[in-house]
Amino acid sequence: MSGTHAQTVLYVRDSMLPQAAPPLGQTGAIRWLRENLFSGPLSIILTLASIWFVWFVFSHIYHWFANSIWNAASLTECRAIRDATIGADASAACFAVITDRWQQLLFGFYPSSQYWRPVAALALFIVGIFPILFPSLPRKLLIATAMLPFVLFFLLWGGSIWGPVAIAFGFLIASASVKFLAPIAGSLVGVTGAIVLPILFWLFLAGPIAGALQDILPIGIRSIQSKEFGGFTLSLIIGITGIVLSLPLGILLALGRQSDMFIVNKLSTAFIEVIRGIPLIVWLFTASLLLNYFLPPGTNFDLMLRVIIMVTLFASAYIAEVVRGGLAALPKGQYEGANSLGLSYWQSMRLIVLPQALKISIPGIVNTFIGLFKDTTLVVFIGLLDPLGLTGAIRASTDWNGIYWELYVFIALMFFVFCFSMGRYSLYLERKLQRENR
Amino acid sequence: MSVSEAPRASFQLSQLIYDTRYRALTIQVLTLGLVLLGIWWLVANLLANLDAIGLAPNFDFLGSTAGYDIALSLIPYNNGMTHGRAALVGIMNTLLVAGMGCVTATIIGVLAGVLRLSKNWVVSRLMAVYVEGFRNVPLLLWILLVFAVMTESMPAPSAFREGGGASMLLDGTVAVTNRGIYLPAPVWGPHTWILATILVLSIIGAFLYRRYARKALFDTGRLLPMVWPTLAIAFVPVVTIYLLTANFGLGLLHLVGLAIWIALIVAVYRGINAVVPGEIGRFLAVVAALATAWVFAQIIWPYVGGAGLIFSGAEAVPEGADVVSNWNPWVTVSYPELGGFNFRGGVQIANPLVALWIALSLYTGAFIAEIVRAGILAVSHGQTEAAFALGMRPNRTMSLVVLPQAMRVIIPPLISQFLNLTKNSSLAIAVGYPDVRATLGGITLNQTGRALECMLLLGLFYLALSLTISFVMNIYNNRMKLKER
Repeated sequence: MSGTHAQTVLYVRDSMLPQAAPPLGQTGAIRWLRENLFSGPLSIILTLASIWFVWFVFSHIYHWFANSIWNAASLTECRAIRDATIGADASAACFAVITDRWQQLLFGFYPSSQYWRPVAALALFIVGIFPILFPSLPRKLLIATAMLPFVLFFLLWGGSIWGPVAIAFGFLIASASVKFLAPIAGSLVGVTGAIVLPILFWLFLAGPIAGALQDILPIGIRSIQSKEFGGFTLSLIIGITGIVLSLPLGILLALGRQSDMFIVNKLSTAFIEVIRGIPLIVWLFTASLLLNYFLPPGTNFDLMLRVIIMVTLFASAYIAEVVRGGLAALPKGQYEGANSLGLSYWQSMRLIVLPQALKISIPGIVNTFIGLFKDTTLVVFIGLLDPLGLTGAIRASTDWNGIYWELYVFIALMFFVFCFSMGRYSLYLERKLQRENR
Repeated sequence: MSVSEAPRASFQLSQLIYDTRYRALTIQVLTLGLVLLGIWWLVANLLANLDAIGLAPNFDFLGSTAGYDIALSLIPYNNGMTHGRAALVGIMNTLLVAGMGCVTATIIGVLAGVLRLSKNWVVSRLMAVYVEGFRNVPLLLWILLVFAVMTESMPAPSAFREGGGASMLLDGTVAVTNRGIYLPAPVWGPHTWILATILVLSIIGAFLYRRYARKALFDTGRLLPMVWPTLAIAFVPVVTIYLLTANFGLGLLHLVGLAIWIALIVAVYRGINAVVPGEIGRFLAVVAALATAWVFAQIIWPYVGGAGLIFSGAEAVPEGADVVSNWNPWVTVSYPELGGFNFRGGVQIANPLVALWIALSLYTGAFIAEIVRAGILAVSHGQTEAAFALGMRPNRTMSLVVLPQAMRVIIPPLISQFLNLTKNSSLAIAVGYPDVRATLGGITLNQTGRALECMLLLGLFYLALSLTISFVMNIYNNRMKLKER
């Protein structure tokens, strides 16, 4: 065939040329440059502009960082060191403020002999949430996770060990009521008991019992007041508590808003819209200025607790909207399938709907968590000393009067690390839970 | 509580729980009862507490004299006016910074979102750094940081004197100082309303022309030019009348000069585009047109009538204390000028507003960038390929195929970002910008001691704002919803 071709059609080549290397412009670095940096006039302009911008920023900041001074006791000493070693008027960061005051930025006014407690609490928390974050671990470990809140509370606030134990015992009563009372007297009695018995226990028995136990067996560590908390310890406590509590509350609100029951639906909607419509800072002021008006005369409870409650309610309204999006995105067939299997409402939600809806809403939920954690900085306006509030306290001392950038850079970096890693974890989770083929 | 259990008629109470006919009712009645009980408890406590301190809730304080000054007010205000007026000033200030922030955040966000998708490696990385940096650091920190940059790193007004080391930007019309940014400001004369009316009418005319062109396209298939006629209809009348009413001869000269200027730019652009083909030609044409515009305006223009009034204000400033260029008394421009220890004339945008504005725009811009990116990625690649297969050029594909579909995804979260920006503007407290939280929820609250009423009004303002915007958004969503089955 090819032979006849070669004779009849002169312009068809019948022998292969040897393979040649691709042209220089089409390989390696040059090709990459052409494709990714200089693919057209606009691209060239953008590349040059970006390189100029990066150089501009870099040239302004580089000396500041490179000359930074890490060992000094005050800003004047910092400047003296700079004048002696680098030269007067040179641009030099004074990160000595971080080495000098890092404990304050991390722990606020927590007694320095007790610094191990927040650190241990954080370590315990990280270890404790492993069974939730990584489902491949044995399920028995979740019992340890359930005990975590009481251990952490005891570690952070200190005092007698019997207080947290008594509170934990209330929950034990609740689970015992469901487990043992329900088979005998029916689930209604069991559930009612699980709600009423612990409340009765906490109201009337917990205090005296804890007191008596403390008299018999005084175990406890130094008690720390809420106003001594500050810095990243405070941010993390408010942030983590808010995150942990707002998720279940948000899911309940979302279910309420999706519900067919008229009153439940309208109440949830009103709650969500009112909370979301007003800025967090107004809510925080409400918590600090007005909450006492709404409580029985004479009650005065901890400002930090009020803030945690407000932040939790605020975040739960946002989570509710995110989860509602996930619930709405789920095909109707899933709901109908669950119903046709004869599952009850809660069973179908727990086994069929929520696992899928939550998977869809993971990015939104994590974004809300990141937002919540960033919003913990707002507590500075009602007098709690978060890291930003502490910059004011540090500047108020004569040693460090007039220092701005170094503190802001440090705090920004810390927040960035926390929030960015949360964002990455959400991406990991999304990819892990991805079931469709792409 | 499994449904399979058979309901027993003898046990009434359990039927309320287990029988699906009654269960929903039971739950709702219980919930309502509990909520009402809770509300009753709170209100009873509130009344008892207010009774104890003798502060029955009333809103009379809104009518009493405020007695404090507000640094920035868009409506006439002095400290002899009422608390209600002060609250209104605060509301206007909140809306001002929110409005400015929304505009700039949208521009920044759209640019960053599109550029992050660009194939250009450096640009996309740079935008990624911007977005991640701003999304992962608290807004409050950014506000404080920008405020610190504005107040600590900018030169004092005295540095703008001879040999002070600082100089004004943009041909000596803008001064960035540690007290704020000074900009030229228009001064409205007695006949401004004539110009305003003409401008409004010609913009309406431009829209009518667009409608006509679109109708002509759909009816007859004739493609009328869109961009140039629209701009011409919108702006030529007002510029002509402004120039001619000032001084007929000089105005005519300017008009002729302007016409030649525009003609020259267009001619250069068209000429180069015709001679050099393709992308490079268009690029060269833009550069050459801009160069022509600049050269003509800078070098030739001052000789036309000897007045570079429109294009370079500083040269036209007459000697005198009040820096107003008296070109046409209908509308004049006041330029900032250093006098004594501070700038006079023009308009000052104080540092709190600048810091809040920049920080809010950059922060919200990072979120908008992600929304825009997600919106563009949400349009399936098949749409682009189909448009290319039909022979459409890339920018037409973008504007006619991709963007209309992406907008459906982008607009709702975009509006909720606007809402977030408005609510975040309450962080004005960090830099002392007098927004509604600072007037009504700050000084008024502290002066009158009416915490409950002030917080209630403050909450209602924000709630009304966000409910209005949600309402509009719902209408939009329903209109834009894909019509399926």
